[in-house]
Amino acid sequence: MASATVDAPAGRLQVPGSMQQVLKLTRYQLREYIRSRRFVALAAIVLVIGAILTAVVAHFRGAVISTNLAYYGTFWGGGVVFVIVLAAVFFGGDAIAGEFQNKTGYFLMGLPMRRATVYVGKFIAAFVASVAMMLLFLAILVGNGAYYFGVNLLPWQIWLSLVLALLYLAAVLGATFLFSSLFKVSAYGFVLTALLFLIGFSLIQDVVTMLVKIEPWMIISYADSTIGEVFSTNVLWGLTGTVTQSTIGMGPHAVTTTTYTAGVGEGIVIMLVYLVVTAAAGLWLFEREEFT
Amino acid sequence: MASSIETFGLTKRFGSFTALDHLNLKVEGSKCVGFLGPNGAGKTTTLKLLTDMIFPTEGGCRINGVSVQDDRKRALADAGVLIESPEIYPSLTPNEALGMVADLRGLAASDRRDRIRTVLGEVKMSDWADQKVGRMSKGMKQRINIASALVHDPAVLLLDEPSTGLDPRGMAEVRAIVRDLKQSHRLIFMSSHILSEVVDVCDEVALIDKGKLLFYDTLENVTARFANGHSTVDVLLARPITPEDVARRVTPLPSVAGVQQLDPKRLRVRFTGGLDGQEHLVEALVGLHLGVVSVAESESALEEIYLSQISRGD
Repeated sequence: MASATVDAPAGRLQVPGSMQQVLKLTRYQLREYIRSRRFVALAAIVLVIGAILTAVVAHFRGAVISTNLAYYGTFWGGGVVFVIVLAAVFFGGDAIAGEFQNKTGYFLMGLPMRRATVYVGKFIAAFVASVAMMLLFLAILVGNGAYYFGVNLLPWQIWLSLVLALLYLAAVLGATFLFSSLFKVSAYGFVLTALLFLIGFSLIQDVVTMLVKIEPWMIISYADSTIGEVFSTNVLWGLTGTVTQSTIGMGPHAVTTTTYTAGVGEGIVIMLVYLVVTAAAGLWLFEREEFT
Repeated sequence: MASSIETFGLTKRFGSFTALDHLNLKVEGSKCVGFLGPNGAGKTTTLKLLTDMIFPTEGGCRINGVSVQDDRKRALADAGVLIESPEIYPSLTPNEALGMVADLRGLAASDRRDRIRTVLGEVKMSDWADQKVGRMSKGMKQRINIASALVHDPAVLLLDEPSTGLDPRGMAEVRAIVRDLKQSHRLIFMSSHILSEVVDVCDEVALIDKGKLLFYDTLENVTARFANGHSTVDVLLARPITPEDVARRVTPLPSVAGVQQLDPKRLRVRFTGGLDGQEHLVEALVGLHLGVVSVAESESALEEIYLSQISRGD
């Protein structure tokens, strides 16, 4: 994206460069998010999740938090994925479709900006707003962790896991923005993102794993397990995952199930590919969409 | 360089429907051009093409010599745009919304506050500067939209039915704003289907129907061309006049080509001779002691041309 400023033909104004415009638009979009009811609603949901988690940990204590690694692996690894999907739905579901449906796009499109500026500015704003929710969730978990294990027992893996979670968030938002670019009705973007990330991808992953019996490397939800997996003592860092087979029952009724766990490197590649492909496809669509 | 808007072979099809058919139009200089046409004629389509909101099937357009399709950023740099009564982010105040526009357009921070205060004053929204836009009426939002089109003091203004959604007072204020803007060396291209608005504020008129340009000329030339040299004025009388008196005293006056009695106190007089003819007509009418209160250029001339040209295409 070019960042040089553009002289107005009459030479009276200098339109800022595209990168500057992205940052300016992000700032205003973020302000819109923070003041919106959805920001408050999602923060409340995260607080409720945190309160439930605190109660569960306090009640079961030793059974679920044998070590600090097990605690963070279970509750951060499992919980943050849900928070990320919710944040993507809340902040990205109508990010593009809403510009058409609510006619706010007509306000922006009259300005001397590239369409990519609008897309990227809104993406960054949604990303930052979602990170705020992730950090709120992390603060609750670290608070609990500090209470049970002491402040000095914050494992180093938490930082790597946080980076993986940020990458997963970017990939999920990429897909969300793509879905949002496909429609001019906000509700479709919300519903498709929520359905796919909360149910759809997991379902497809199960089908691929159990019926087709291959590693579901093409499903993004497969990669999200790495966020919690880094806390595991036998984590695989490479580009291949582990395959675990277990048999339930005996004799002719025994059922053998296969579980695939992505390697951290593999998870990173899957998330990066999702991010690049969906972001490029979403931007391509938005560049060609008409404000009819 | 004079400000300009130019379309060349501009065509837009939606499936099998041709919304705009090879529009060739060039307007330049400091003036207000009314872009007239019935609903569905292609007015908004043209303005959306001019601002890159939709893409042409054929042809293209330029603003100030810069291709909108090739470089929308540079083409729109010195243009103020108001199309389709857009919505502003509801949590922003007018101050913030205009601040965002000014910021994205590159207005210097030192000028921003004064400029925003000035345009909010122009659209009579100063008292609402710090209220949330989401709580405002449609008319108030439209005023903010007009202010956002003006905040960077553009050389070119593209206005799509700017008085839409405003009450009669608001409409009058918008016309006053456009008239004021004309004084400050701008090119204003304004779509409308309100003929009185066009007559009131525009210097030139382009008529479009079914996606085709029917004519583009000054109001005077259009009136002269299509009215066969006749002009029309509306005469308001203080006292009622009978049809017999009209036929006996007004119709025979020199230069009068026809008289239509609109009501007992209002006459529509067609006459020849341009401004000289109008001067003599007013003198003669006053001399008849009919109680002439006012003589105003009739909007009906353009209306008649509009209707005749539109119906010709049916």
